[in-house]
Amino acid sequence: MSQEDILAGLAAIVNEVAGIPAESVAMDKSFVDDLDVDSLSMVEVVMACEDKFGVTIPDSEVKNLNTVGDAVNYILANK
Amino acid sequence: MITLKTPAGNSHAGLIGLGVYRPTRVVPNSEVIEAIDSSDEWIRERSGIIERRFAQSHETAASMGAIAAQNALDDAKIKAQDIDVVLVATFSHRFQTPSAAAEIAALIGANNASAFDISAACAGFCYGIGIADSLIRAGSAKNILVIGTEKLSDIINMSDRGTAFIFADGAGAVVVSPTSTQGIGPTIWGADGNARESIIMDPDLITAGKEGIPSLLTMQGQAVFRWAVGSMGDVCNQALAAAELDVSDLKAFVPHQANIRITDAIIKRINLPQHVVVARDIVTAGNTSAASIPLALHALRESGEIKKGEPFLMVGFGAGLAYASQVALAP
Repeated sequence: MSQEDILAGLAAIVNEVAGIPAESVAMDKSFVDDLDVDSLSMVEVVMACEDKFGVTIPDSEVKNLNTVGDAVNYILANK
Repeated sequence: MITLKTPAGNSHAGLIGLGVYRPTRVVPNSEVIEAIDSSDEWIRERSGIIERRFAQSHETAASMGAIAAQNALDDAKIKAQDIDVVLVATFSHRFQTPSAAAEIAALIGANNASAFDISAACAGFCYGIGIADSLIRAGSAKNILVIGTEKLSDIINMSDRGTAFIFADGAGAVVVSPTSTQGIGPTIWGADGNARESIIMDPDLITAGKEGIPSLLTMQGQAVFRWAVGSMGDVCNQALAAAELDVSDLKAFVPHQANIRITDAIIKRINLPQHVVVARDIVTAGNTSAASIPLALHALRESGEIKKGEPFLMVGFGAGLAYASQVALAP
């Protein structure tokens, strides 16, 4: 699965969980500051990513996922 | 070999009365935001809460529980002397011992009852329903009061952004008795003690006593949210399957009023149909832990959204991490 595929999948999840247009979900965007994804929505995004990409994202890692790129790269490295 | 007499049980048990107590003091978000540098909008978005109720200083978990219990007895048209067991779910009772149940039994005049507390926090009410159902069908008791009561305002850290706006006070009670048909589905329950530190009183009572600092409620909100959202849908589905009921047969879904975001996430996971009423008492009552399910059920009954004999699904979850779920027919 390529970086583009993961980004597209993540964008669909963010859209489903937080109602944010998928096209806004770009690599350099901050979940909190740019996309207005709050801490509880972030937990739902992480859970959906685990299901969709078959990765494990522990609570201790979630706080390091500030941007969409952080999440995409974590998934790429750990799936 | 010596054999002992097996007690004669009752074939069926059900909920036959419901009563609540809501403290009179309404506390809007505007009263709690300053100490946590927050806003009304932030609290509403993250929890659904607009206001909650706090008890008066002279009120206790036991005194509120006694009022709810008396209201449940009146609703069931049963006398306190006919109660065999008083079972109280709480974690904000003033004493480790004696129990809140003993105090409530004395306050309402349930002089023939055994009395004990359940320590299962927000799952406590559903634990109590499961225990009461089993005691009645096993023949150990006939009429049981199951009470959930909390005065969490005494143990909240009002400057903790993660908890100060969530928790509140209140009490709810039901009478569980033998019925002609089964009114309580099988209880699905469990606990994950490995994660017990994610909701915990800090410091522990012994340290608090020695060092003179209050023991207050702490919670790792995101971890608890993840556990509840990730696990409680399955627990609800198991409770439905155990009762041999389809989710579309429900009249109402009455989850522990933890956070409206958790309720919404569970609804999605169990594919709850639109026609099933969802209890959202948290909006005006906050999270009252063990009291939240009977309070929310009472609100639905008062508004006419659920009537006697109609099926509803309960699920309680919280510190422990304890959880329990069952279907029941409304009293």
